[in-house]
Amino acid sequence: MGNVPTSVKHCLSYEQLIQDYPWLGSRLQEEKCTLTREYPEYVKMIEVGPRDGLQNEKEMVPTRVKIQLINMLSETGLPVIEATSFVSLKWVPQMADHTEVLQAIHRSSHARYPVLTPNMHGFQDAVAAGATEVAVFGSASETFSQKNIYCSIDASMLRFEEVICTAKQQQIPVRGYVSCALGCPYEGPIEPTKVAEVVKRLYELGCYEVSLGDTIGVGTPGSMAKMLHYVMEEVPSSALAVHCHDTYGQALANILTALQMGICAVDSSVAGLGGCPYAQGSSGNVSTEDVLYMLHGMGIKTGVDLSKVIEAGDFICKALNRKTNSKVAQARSKSS
Amino acid sequence: MAAVMRFVKRSCFGSRMGLQCLSLSRSAAVAKLVQDGASAGKTLPERVKIVEVGPRDGLQNEKTVVPSEVKIHLIDMLSEAGLSVIEATSFVSPKWVPQMADQVEVMMGIHRRPGVSYPVLTPNLKGFLAAVNAGAAEVAIFGAASELFSKKNINCSVDESLQRFEVVTKAAKEAGVPVRGYVSCVLGCPYEGKVSPDKVAQVAKRLYSMGCYEISLGDTIGVGTPGGMTEMLQAVSREVPVNALAVHCHDTYGQALANILIALQMGISVVDSSVAGLGGCPYAQGASGNVATEDVVYMLHGLGIQTGVDLPKLMDAGAFICRSLNKKTSSKVAQATCKL
Repeated sequence: MGNVPTSVKHCLSYEQLIQDYPWLGSRLQEEKCTLTREYPEYVKMIEVGPRDGLQNEKEMVPTRVKIQLINMLSETGLPVIEATSFVSLKWVPQMADHTEVLQAIHRSSHARYPVLTPNMHGFQDAVAAGATEVAVFGSASETFSQKNIYCSIDASMLRFEEVICTAKQQQIPVRGYVSCALGCPYEGPIEPTKVAEVVKRLYELGCYEVSLGDTIGVGTPGSMAKMLHYVMEEVPSSALAVHCHDTYGQALANILTALQMGICAVDSSVAGLGGCPYAQGSSGNVSTEDVLYMLHGMGIKTGVDLSKVIEAGDFICKALNRKTNSKVAQARSKSS
Repeated sequence: MAAVMRFVKRSCFGSRMGLQCLSLSRSAAVAKLVQDGASAGKTLPERVKIVEVGPRDGLQNEKTVVPSEVKIHLIDMLSEAGLSVIEATSFVSPKWVPQMADQVEVMMGIHRRPGVSYPVLTPNLKGFLAAVNAGAAEVAIFGAASELFSKKNINCSVDESLQRFEVVTKAAKEAGVPVRGYVSCVLGCPYEGKVSPDKVAQVAKRLYSMGCYEISLGDTIGVGTPGGMTEMLQAVSREVPVNALAVHCHDTYGQALANILIALQMGISVVDSSVAGLGGCPYAQGASGNVATEDVVYMLHGLGIQTGVDLPKLMDAGAFICRSLNKKTSSKVAQATCKL
């Protein structure tokens, strides 16, 4: 064993090494099989359609439609379904029926139903309505934070600290989101070190997972890899997720990059619900169907039934009177 | 050797040499990741050649028949956008492909920019001779990795088609005309379903052996995913050198950019695409087909990979052809950018 470093030091060829140490060949063959498995075996899918998706749709969706959508999604095997948002209806009228939705959905024992809670007021309402998991939404861009939630990043962290502390006392898990992880509609490119700082703060405050959002979909595998490199120096990959927007068609390539770097939780939206509010008419969230198609094609388990997701997507698109943004759903419906 | 280094890491934790090697390799790897923006620490080509197939593969699959002057203007705009290979037209019988009936007029009408090639499709010797007569300086031939697809598409078996192509490649060699080969259905067939990677490798090898300088591997119905792409490229690159391979991904299931990224990580540095994502999928009416050049270029530039393409000029060409076809672009980059 002591000779092996010497071999490496003198840069012997691989063939020479195998000749000198025949036992090395079979050990390296085992390792080769492990190395080719460079992707997670399982990816957790976080379905954000009913909240992030519907919140950004122009049409106001009736409560019973939302409930049916969530129930259909529960039947697909999705492990996490973001149900609604306890934000003031002054700002997000589409989510005004949050209590009714949360109380009426049929909760599968295999799924969790986090809700957005921007502050203590929202958190308390959410808990009163039966929420068992919540989410808080930070930003890596100061300008975006100011324009979106009317306060600085620092001030938002203080707000979240209050929510997370209280949630911890009540044993309610909190998920964190960081917007503008790969670019901001106001500031342009965002320094990966800034993203890492914000992610670290949310994680240290007590978020069990932090979802990194490419809010305007400008990221590419290059910027995704760079950003993840810095973030993963501060927070373990097992506590990270990616939330890619497909506005520039880059989402699946960005998700693939994230998987290659060890991320195994992916946010997506059934039928690609939820356009980009910063580029009217452009697409926003990546479609759950398209992500599943890719993951299953790579032999990665998700526990989700793709055909049932397509059905749920068909249902909500009919209700919204719009076409799906999912290419898989389009192809399946148009195959001759 | 990388595998050996990893084994050394596991076995020799205490060794000073091992630790030094590890710390050196780790900081070098970090520097590369940060500087080059390499995707997930994998080596990527510095430069990628884009083969623009919009004017042929794209327009051939559009319902609207486009006037010759529009085709010519499109090709000229694409030349101005910095593309180095633009598939101009097809010398197939107008009986089968009426959209390409004006092949001679287009070839003679385009302004050929120096340094840019304008390959044309030639399914047989007759097409080849007509193409050369019309001034073609490069041609392309189209095989398939699926027997059923070959029968249904060009009315003969894969073997018979390869024999036909051999006549073309011989004539092309004598005339000093380079030939590019295409293989369809490399990741799936609309009739046969799964296609064996070894079959793809066989067909690619034959095309390469008969003289094609490059083989473009086509995911004809866009069903491929990074898993299938990896397996197929591993099989093909055992028979054909990777620098003679290209990928032609369809975006019917939204997988194209992810598949292209995998191909780049495996050493491929030539990518086919179509401006504005022209050319739907004939096997799923209304679904998308070719991947949009704008979206590919956006990804490549974001990775720090050079293409020589001017994205705004490319988008102008896309906007032009979409106006002429009276249709929306299939490029997400074009859709996003025009709305900001």
